Amino acid sequence: MINQLVFAYFAVVILFSAIMTISRRNPIHSVLFMLLLFFHIAGVFVLLNAEFLAAVQLIVYAGAILILYLFVVMLLQVDRETKSSRANRFWPWLTAFGVIIATEIALLVLRGSFPGENGVMMRTMPGTGVKELGIELYSKYLVPFEIASVLLLVGLIGAVLLAKKDAKE
Amino acid sequence: MSESHQLLNIAWRVLLFLVPALALVAFILANAMYLQLMERKVLAHMQSRLGPMRTGWHGVLQPIADAVKFLFKEDVIPAKADKWVFSIAPLMLLIMAFGSMVIIPFGPPTDFFGILSHKVPMLVSNLNIGVLYILAFASVGTYGVIMAGWASNNKYAFMGGFRSAAQMISYEIPMAFAIVTVVLMAGSLNLTDIVNAQQGRWFLFTPLGPVVFFLYLLAGIAETNRVPFDLPEAESELVAGYFTEYSGIRFGIFYMAEYMNMMVVSLLVSIMFLGGWLPVQIFPHALAGVAPIVWLNKALAAIPPTLWLLAKLYFFIFFYMWLRATLPRYRYDQLMAISWKTLLPLSLCVLVASAFMKQLGWI
Repeated sequence: MINQLVFAYFAVVILFSAIMTISRRNPIHSVLFMLLLFFHIAGVFVLLNAEFLAAVQLIVYAGAILILYLFVVMLLQVDRETKSSRANRFWPWLTAFGVIIATEIALLVLRGSFPGENGVMMRTMPGTGVKELGIELYSKYLVPFEIASVLLLVGLIGAVLLAKKDAKE
Repeated sequence: MSESHQLLNIAWRVLLFLVPALALVAFILANAMYLQLMERKVLAHMQSRLGPMRTGWHGVLQPIADAVKFLFKEDVIPAKADKWVFSIAPLMLLIMAFGSMVIIPFGPPTDFFGILSHKVPMLVSNLNIGVLYILAFASVGTYGVIMAGWASNNKYAFMGGFRSAAQMISYEIPMAFAIVTVVLMAGSLNLTDIVNAQQGRWFLFTPLGPVVFFLYLLAGIAETNRVPFDLPEAESELVAGYFTEYSGIRFGIFYMAEYMNMMVVSLLVSIMFLGGWLPVQIFPHALAGVAPIVWLNKALAAIPPTLWLLAKLYFFIFFYMWLRATLPRYRYDQLMAISWKTLLPLSLCVLVASAFMKQLGWI
């Protein structure tokens, strides 16, 4: 009962802040609503006993990625951004893309193809599951994990290279 | 019968949450007020002054006078500021600092010298993810700074906010690696388990302990924007940094948040490296035959654990103030270079080295 009430609160705030994120004219307000969104998603993770994921959600998304967005957005001229037209010439394509994605998500949810709904409950682990997650990542999923790390490294080096271009001249 | 029993059970659980939570709030607020007086006194005496002397005996009522002043001063919001963001920013810092304190254990489970029928934990919430939770809250706290700087619509505040946000992000990384190293040594993320793992030997005295301790302390000082890393507050360049435009109680909240963050860092240093609430013992094994030392060790062990933790906490807070009275400020580029070119590689090396040592059984 209490769990459901808490979940309802999280769900409402998540939906609200998601809508606010894409509808604000001021990009900084958008980013801040997104922070609110991340916070409440972390809350949902806690509700599902996935405390580790909740912490990672905040550390990685809120603490690292979103704050870089905020840095970039703050260096823009907010006045100009808020007054410019909100639709560009690609809008029909983007709308179509959004509709396709939304349909896909709706189908996925309605069909109930998540393991929990087919009667197969996810394995619950005592404690935090951090150890199990680490063991899985470094044994069963080692190759995908390493590929993901290399991709991130490539991105990092690429960014440094682009930023350094002027320094040589 | 069973229904009333259940009701009693719920009431007990609510009480078990509410009482420690309120006690923690009272403790933090009292500290946030009086640490400022402590800082002024410590700095004054280090500089051959007396500090506040007029309000009460040696200025003991000064924090109360300050609090009243903060409350009754006009709370100015600049005309061109973003009102919402401007008002939320200080609260953001305050809530994140409060939030981190929730999982800090102030001692082992205790029955308060036999007053209670069974032992209760000395913390509000015993989360298993422990230190990760604190890292998460610390990283979100950065938003308060950057929001304050941007919303003020003032060049100095903006630059100050940017600087401190960049600084906090940079120092978070070596700090996280230092914490991960401690977690590796203890084999647990839970702060209570980390303290219990230090029974017999504090992590400061393990082979790599001093290096990790130094890394964490340095990163912690930078994370709280204190001397010698108080760039955001470089008054000669930036007036007061991100809170230039704040006044009244909102300004007071920034001050409180700063002291609370210092407390969090000091408590974590004590818990992770100095054995938390474990008592000081002078070579209990090597000098087991020397009677005076044995008595001294027994006397030291008889002091309640919470007092030990508080003693370590205030030692580190004093250390913060000591640094402030002693050291000059770094330049901004030096500050960034220290984090990215020295601390980050060092922390990575220490992490890998301690993983090897753990595997070989040397720790």
